Amino acid sequence: MIRCEHIYKSFDEKEVLKDITITFEAGKNNLIIGKSGAGKTVLLKILVGLLKPTSGRVWYNDTDFLQLKPKELQKLRNEVGMLFQGSALFDSMTVEENIRFPLDMFTTKTRKEKKMRVNYCLERVNLKGINHQYPSEISGGMQKRVGIARSIVMEPKYLFCDEPNSGLDPKTSIVIDELISSITHDDKITTVINTHDMNSVLEIGDNINLLHDGLLAWQGSKDEVLTSDNEELVDFIFASPFLKRLREQAMGS
Amino acid sequence: MIKPLLFHTGRYFMMLAATLRRPSNFRMYWKETVRQMYDIGVGSVTIVVLISVFIGAVSAVQFNYQIGGSFIPKYYIGYIVRDMTIIELAPTFTGLVLAGKVGSNMASEIGGMRQKEHIDAMEVMGVNTASYLIMPKLIAAVLIIPILVCIGAFVSIVGGYIASVPFGDLTNLDYIKGLRSFFDPFNVVMMLVKSFVFAFILTSISCYQGYFVEGGSIELGKASTNAVVVSDVMILLADYIIVLILTT
Repeated sequence: MIRCEHIYKSFDEKEVLKDITITFEAGKNNLIIGKSGAGKTVLLKILVGLLKPTSGRVWYNDTDFLQLKPKELQKLRNEVGMLFQGSALFDSMTVEENIRFPLDMFTTKTRKEKKMRVNYCLERVNLKGINHQYPSEISGGMQKRVGIARSIVMEPKYLFCDEPNSGLDPKTSIVIDELISSITHDDKITTVINTHDMNSVLEIGDNINLLHDGLLAWQGSKDEVLTSDNEELVDFIFASPFLKRLREQAMGS
Repeated sequence: MIKPLLFHTGRYFMMLAATLRRPSNFRMYWKETVRQMYDIGVGSVTIVVLISVFIGAVSAVQFNYQIGGSFIPKYYIGYIVRDMTIIELAPTFTGLVLAGKVGSNMASEIGGMRQKEHIDAMEVMGVNTASYLIMPKLIAAVLIIPILVCIGAFVSIVGGYIASVPFGDLTNLDYIKGLRSFFDPFNVVMMLVKSFVFAFILTSISCYQGYFVEGGSIELGKASTNAVVVSDVMILLADYIIVLILTT
């Protein structure tokens, strides 16, 4: 479980996050949704420690994340996996070397054990036999899956995904969503997904948190999304005129 | 003016402090150091040799021109080429050229990693990115650049020979006599001190420019340019300070 309490974040005079308190539960897909500029990425970066909040606290179970000493932080970070928007695969390394990187850096596993773990992770994301290809030689969807493989190679307890579907076609997006969801549920990982993909919201959103202008505007599950009359949520979900008309028709009937 | 200077100086030293922390995995660092040594050494030896040949050649020809018609013996050409090369030209020119070649490359490489979120990805994994990305480059540069400077000094002396002896400016024996005259081994120490310091300056400043790059490709280009310009200025300043310290 991860919990952020009363998070405020300002850049110079601009307040980006205002009093955000959210609990991200273990074994569930916790979504942070909102329009571009709502503060989603800033919140995610605060949760993983890439940014420091102006004020507030972040708890990983009973551990105060922001008060950790370097060694304790290092230990906790080995339990964290993250999938980046652009996959962030190292160009000069092969797929296998990318996935193996955290194992090489932080474990004393033998070469054979590392190889087995890499192959297991590649199988888990349905990518077998591309060990020796470079990121530039595979498609965007495959890069995302390699990114997922790298983020789970250390058997993390916490998984963060920043816009996992950006730049992908709808079919590949569904594959990525299902993959993240199955890993979350099977391994009881606390997963935090930052997205504005409607399909993700309605398919895998166990806990959904809507940010609007830096404020937490709505919380609920995928089952509550379509029935909620929260103004910001309706405005966000039914942004296109077509969906708006559909909603009005459904409400009318 | 003062505020940005203090800001960058403070951040530079904080980066160096983070860089010099204990590595989390020595084997990975060593692998990266060897790769950097190869890149810096093998990748730069051609340009260093090329420039050094001409530095030696020009020094010899110009000195020959200056002593023309005077009572200064011809063998002084060898002596002057040797000392100018060892004391000043080899370390300084090599430093300035490598700031352009190696420094801009380092700034672009690290800056590109920052922009493509590679550094963020490593940070989230728990890697001390300042240390992992910069320390191998620093070690490699400090070990390899003095060797390049020595090669440059040797080639420069050969360049002086090629430009003067075959053209009849002085005899083979005169040039050798000049090379062997008034030799002070401390000059070689001065050359090595300079090359160590210049290697550290150009690497750390270039890595700093890349590590803290923000924005897009224009900013990356600026960081790369800044890496060269700031390194060059600091190398020249350090050159002056080293000379002051070691010669007084």
